[in-house]
Amino acid sequence: MQSTLWNDLAAALPELWMLGAVCFVLVFDLFVPAARRDLTYWLVQATLAGALVFTVAGHDGGRTLAFGGHYVVDEMAVLLKSAIYLVAGAVFLYSRPYLKDRGLFRGEYFVLGLFGVLGMMIMVSAHSFVSLYLGLELLALSQYAMVAFFRDSLPASEAAMKYFVLGALASGMLLYGMSVLYGTVGSLDIATVANALSQEEGRSAFALFGLVFVVVGIAFKFGAVPFHMWVPDVYDGAPTSVTLYIGSAPKIAAFAMLMRLLSESLGPLTGDWGQLLAVLLVLSMAVGNIIAIAQRRIKRMLAYSTISHVGFLFFGVMAGTQEGYAAAMFYAIVYAAMAAGAFGMLLLMSRQGYEPEHIDDFKGLNERHPWLAFLMLLLMFSMAGIPPTVGFYAKLAVIQAAVNVGEVWIAVYAVVLSVIGAFYYLRVVKYMYFDKPEESHPVQPGMDAQVIMGINGLAMLALGVFPGGLMALCLRAVGY
Amino acid sequence: MVDWPLLSLLIWVPIVGGLCVLAAGDGPGAKRIALGVAVATLLLSIPLWTGFERGTAEMQFTEFHPWIGAFNVNYHLGVDGISMPLILLTTFTTVLVVIAGWEVIQYRVAQYMAAFLILEGFMNGVFAALDAVLFYVFFEAMLIPMFLIIGVWGGPRRVYATLKFFLYTFFGSVFMLVSLLYMYSQSGSFSILDYQELRLGLTEQILIFLAFLGAFAIKVPMWPVHTWLPDAHVEAPTGGSVILAAIMLKIGGYGFLRFSLPITPDASAELTWLIVLMSLVAVVYIGFVALVQQDMKKLIAYSSIAHMGFTTLGVFLIFAILQATGGTVGAALGMQGGMVQMVSHGFISGALFLCVGVLYDRVHSREIAAYGGVVNTMPVFASFFVLFALANSGLPGTSGFVGEFMVILSALHADFWIALLAATTLILGAAYSLWLVKRVIFGKVANEQVAALQDLNAREFVVLGALAVAVLALGLYPGPLLDVMGPSIDQLIQHVTVSKL
Repeated sequence: MQSTLWNDLAAALPELWMLGAVCFVLVFDLFVPAARRDLTYWLVQATLAGALVFTVAGHDGGRTLAFGGHYVVDEMAVLLKSAIYLVAGAVFLYSRPYLKDRGLFRGEYFVLGLFGVLGMMIMVSAHSFVSLYLGLELLALSQYAMVAFFRDSLPASEAAMKYFVLGALASGMLLYGMSVLYGTVGSLDIATVANALSQEEGRSAFALFGLVFVVVGIAFKFGAVPFHMWVPDVYDGAPTSVTLYIGSAPKIAAFAMLMRLLSESLGPLTGDWGQLLAVLLVLSMAVGNIIAIAQRRIKRMLAYSTISHVGFLFFGVMAGTQEGYAAAMFYAIVYAAMAAGAFGMLLLMSRQGYEPEHIDDFKGLNERHPWLAFLMLLLMFSMAGIPPTVGFYAKLAVIQAAVNVGEVWIAVYAVVLSVIGAFYYLRVVKYMYFDKPEESHPVQPGMDAQVIMGINGLAMLALGVFPGGLMALCLRAVGY
Repeated sequence: MVDWPLLSLLIWVPIVGGLCVLAAGDGPGAKRIALGVAVATLLLSIPLWTGFERGTAEMQFTEFHPWIGAFNVNYHLGVDGISMPLILLTTFTTVLVVIAGWEVIQYRVAQYMAAFLILEGFMNGVFAALDAVLFYVFFEAMLIPMFLIIGVWGGPRRVYATLKFFLYTFFGSVFMLVSLLYMYSQSGSFSILDYQELRLGLTEQILIFLAFLGAFAIKVPMWPVHTWLPDAHVEAPTGGSVILAAIMLKIGGYGFLRFSLPITPDASAELTWLIVLMSLVAVVYIGFVALVQQDMKKLIAYSSIAHMGFTTLGVFLIFAILQATGGTVGAALGMQGGMVQMVSHGFISGALFLCVGVLYDRVHSREIAAYGGVVNTMPVFASFFVLFALANSGLPGTSGFVGEFMVILSALHADFWIALLAATTLILGAAYSLWLVKRVIFGKVANEQVAALQDLNAREFVVLGALAVAVLALGLYPGPLLDVMGPSIDQLIQHVTVSKL
């Protein structure tokens, strides 16, 4: 018994480290004078770095179940967690000057952010419905609080309220679906559920009933159409640093949830949820791409762009093959990096009393700061899926997976909508390169932010030229 | 020299050189580096011509490295008689474009030069790629520099023109992507050469053919999807127009030869009527449209569409001949004619756009009505302009004659009426070209601006002179070019006559 506990604790070392470190940061921050709050920030980055070390070094390459099957460490968990740490680290880095300029540079932002990361880690490593739900709620509650964090801002409060109500609704749906599944199968364990459902008698109408609610819950969390209403409002209303947080790393965790639920536990019902996803993705691609064209506010435009990307991600999952899961995983990681870069760019262009709100605020960026303009160009082309950027391979992989299972016509539909989508990304490039600047104030982001943004932007190109490594990792993570 | 990875160098030297130019920043240095890189690339492409083994249709200078293992995508390069001349055309034209932009471009000159060099690398990649994904990557990546070239350095309606250009071409090519992926799911390989051997049913072939048609017909461009071209040409800076007309349009024709014909021969045969119809409409109708243009660049743009109609006609005549006679006599003539037409049109349209650029730099107008009697003040320029205009109308002795003549001859094997309609170009081409010359070059000096014109400077003389030599050389002695492409064309004809069903 003793040794099992130790084994369990050893497996969950990254989470334990994160929990301990967050609590420490919380207390530590109380005793740090405001002028030296940078210490908190560095501590946060060190926490993430430590978690990365524990996650990668602590993994022996195999698959370990712990805590009576509620928790799992496998290739997928390690890969996705590592990606989450990296993206979250970049998010905190981009946010720091923005928060300082607005008097929001307080420990709570980082503590909540780290609690969110902990929630994501638990989601990624969940092996039962309960632990999955716990992780999800930990993440969601942190996010609600972060959106409301700028308490003097009316749009932020409104966004937080909307997010909270709709998020709670979604959690309720998900929980209801899980409980129905529990009622039919009699277990919360992911592997047991999968086993039961793979038996003929397991596929009852009740199981399908539960499945529908689970899919709705997932769609809500991703913001897939028709459950997307909260996305633009929350993205636009939240302080940009929080939008950056919400828009990037949690997508990876949401993908992990999707995998654990749909692929691992409801895998035997692939044909059933595949149809549901097909409807969601067809709608998401259309609504996301077409409505984004009408947007003038940059954050709303990126929000609709997120919705369309969710459609693509679902497309890979819908294929229901290992190849498709790997493609979707690749897409999720790449998307998180692209979103971090694009929202991060808004923070880099901000200064005290000013932040870019409309797409025209990018006018003439090539004259004001050619390097940032070039990086944004890479990010935009990557989002549009134009080679040689990595966004192209992300789309290529999901479309290939779908074509391989015979979904040629949805693939045609998807590429047509990606052409429609290209328009609004190109419009950003148009403003940056073809128009003269109206604003003369120099863009002067800090050196650290410039360097990380450089890495972030050039990674789009580097991964675009050599996507093989990441793709191989994704394939291994799904056990291909 | 033979052991060098020549094709890789031709792709990566300009790209890396372009990045160096970007790093050098706006200054006199940037232009010099750009010219150096362009010339070095041209020199590197010469061994491609001298070391090319004539008499075989095999891929040469091949390079093969695994690239993306997870996707089974390889870095596979090689050229045959069809792609090699086009690479030479690319390296040659880029040097001229860099020289032509020397003084004219004042705004962000480093970015301008870098964009052209990177574009050159991508275009070489398109012609050299033997892996479908690699091809597609270059094919799409090419759009990015061109999008910026038109958008940043273009005319007043540049934003509209460049977005139209980008979205049109992007829209066409995504269907090709799906069909490439579909063929991967059937064959398990992304090699273009494997695709050519892949057996496909007729319905599959027709759908794939239409997907390719979407990509390449827009690129060529064929009527009725040509409308982006006049806009793009008019708004693009001179260098952009030159590259667009001289090389990018050729990628469409090249695509037909490399993809459509060998991969879907039965569908090509089935739908030949469509291509022949579209080509003839381009030749005849667009010829008339060119006649009424008021804007010089637009006139040349429409003339490009008409001339590219000859290329597509020549390429697809083989099926019309097969259906009419049951044999392939005359088919090689048509296909070779189409190829020669592509190279020749690269020289002529490039030269004409450069001529318009010369006038535009001085008068800042592209309206035909703004000129008249230019010969009085610019005699040297006028001689060049007349030469290129005559070549454009297909005067024997110039390169324009060779391709058109071969295609018309070949068309006679298929059907008299096709040949007759195609031959109207000799009248229409002469009409719009010579009328342009009459209005712009001859007559009395029209206004003070024309009276104040300075004749060509040394830089412009070199550029136009080089093109004039090329036009005459290809016109008087096309033999070497035909020798190079002959075996590849013959092999292609043999390949497409065997049904895949």
